Amino acid sequence: MKHLDEYRDARLVRITAGEIRGLVTRPWVLMEVCGGQTHTIMRYGLPDLLPPEVEFVHGPGCPVCVTALETMDRAMAMAARPGVIFACYGDMMRVPGSRLDLFRVKAAGGDIRIVYSPMDALKLARDNPHREVVFFGVGFETTAPANAMAAHAARRDGVGNFSMLASHVLVPPAVRAILGAEGNRVQGLIAPGHVCTVMGYREYEELSAEYGIPIVVAGFEPLDLLAATLMLARQLEQGQARLENQYSRSVTRDGNAAARRLMDEVFETADRKWRGIGRLPLSGLRMRGSYDEQNAEVRFETAVEAVEEPSECISAMVLRGRAKPTDCPAFGGRCTPRNPMGAPMVSTEGACAAYYHFRRTESEGEL
Amino acid sequence: MCLAIPGKILDTEDAGFSRTARVQFGGVVRTVFLDLVPEAGVGDYVLVHVGCAISRIDEEEALKTFELLEQIGALEEEGLSHEAPG
Ligand code: SF4
Repeated sequence: MKHLDEYRDARLVRITAGEIRGLVTRPWVLMEVCGGQTHTIMRYGLPDLLPPEVEFVHGPGCPVCVTALETMDRAMAMAARPGVIFACYGDMMRVPGSRLDLFRVKAAGGDIRIVYSPMDALKLARDNPHREVVFFGVGFETTAPANAMAAHAARRDGVGNFSMLASHVLVPPAVRAILGAEGNRVQGLIAPGHVCTVMGYREYEELSAEYGIPIVVAGFEPLDLLAATLMLARQLEQGQARLENQYSRSVTRDGNAAARRLMDEVFETADRKWRGIGRLPLSGLRMRGSYDEQNAEVRFETAVEAVEEPSECISAMVLRGRAKPTDCPAFGGRCTPRNPMGAPMVSTEGACAAYYHFRRTESEGEL
Repeated sequence: MCLAIPGKILDTEDAGFSRTARVQFGGVVRTVFLDLVPEAGVGDYVLVHVGCAISRIDEEEALKTFELLEQIGALEEEGLSHEAPG
């Protein structure tokens, strides 16, 4: 398929990997922030193509993985309410809350529907005027504009039975928390191409200058990630630290103006608790006061208790790039994608799930 | 979660406040909202995420990526890449 197959071209992959091998003289630790990129790296076995000096550590990279336990508990409380149709992305179904997950709430009679798009959730509301439809609006900056579009259309069209439980997270505050932490090992960063498609890369220019490290905005195909690795390796070997844009077919410096305008209309930044990382200032988006009618948290009171994360799960370390999933004692035994203990084992983009699927069969991508 | 898939716009429809398109992904055709990419039209490739196009793929920039890598490849094949100095 155009714009996919061509970025999986085996010959160019070999050439690019060879170029990296010829260039690297010292060990470098690179981090990719986005779980979609983690998935590609593991699926195509990119670490095996690279010289041993290049180490990839995986970042907090997927909104599913960092959704706080309390937020999951709140979602389940809403999904269990009589009269409510609870709509969410499929990824959220098996994310463990403090006691249950959404699958079990559904089995117990909750009317939970998996939707592909927030606009499908809005359609559910239009089609079921006598029910309350609550949409679970999670995601990074990539997803926030689409979620905003649904809330905006609901208000514009007076769809009174649609509301959203919004729990969006923003990438740059998490990057700051990782790069600014004591003992940080990350020397080069692969910035998330779809987040930057929406937001542009000005914030990443600032991060590069602030921490003195090279940052390359990259796409999601094997060649994108290898080209980005090559760009980072070149900068690191030459002692440079600036922003480069590998994903220029989709990303511009200012991002998508229409998307940002819509996000800004519906959401405002707020402090947010990240699973495995903790509370980060101004690291999330919540609905503005002008959208109270579309805000499920305002419309439905749901008291949830603060809860602790299970102690055996080391996802806090995994999400910060401090440990590999395989360092976890529960990995592959007590914790599997069928019975996840922590969120990174749930989402296909979670680092633990990516390791589970692609380590055992080794890389499966046809390169 | 941040997966966005490239597809080709087959035709567009204006519903007054919202613009949609039929977009082809390999053998599959889906309806996609175009509100975030007002510049995109029939024949363009767009990146689609949760039912909404988030960017129009810039074909010239896409070509540049390959040209750069092909250049490296050409050097490599001639054995000129990383040749020891002197
Ligand atoms: S393998 Fe399971 S228990 Fe271990 S860190 Fe990953 S999600 Fe947590």
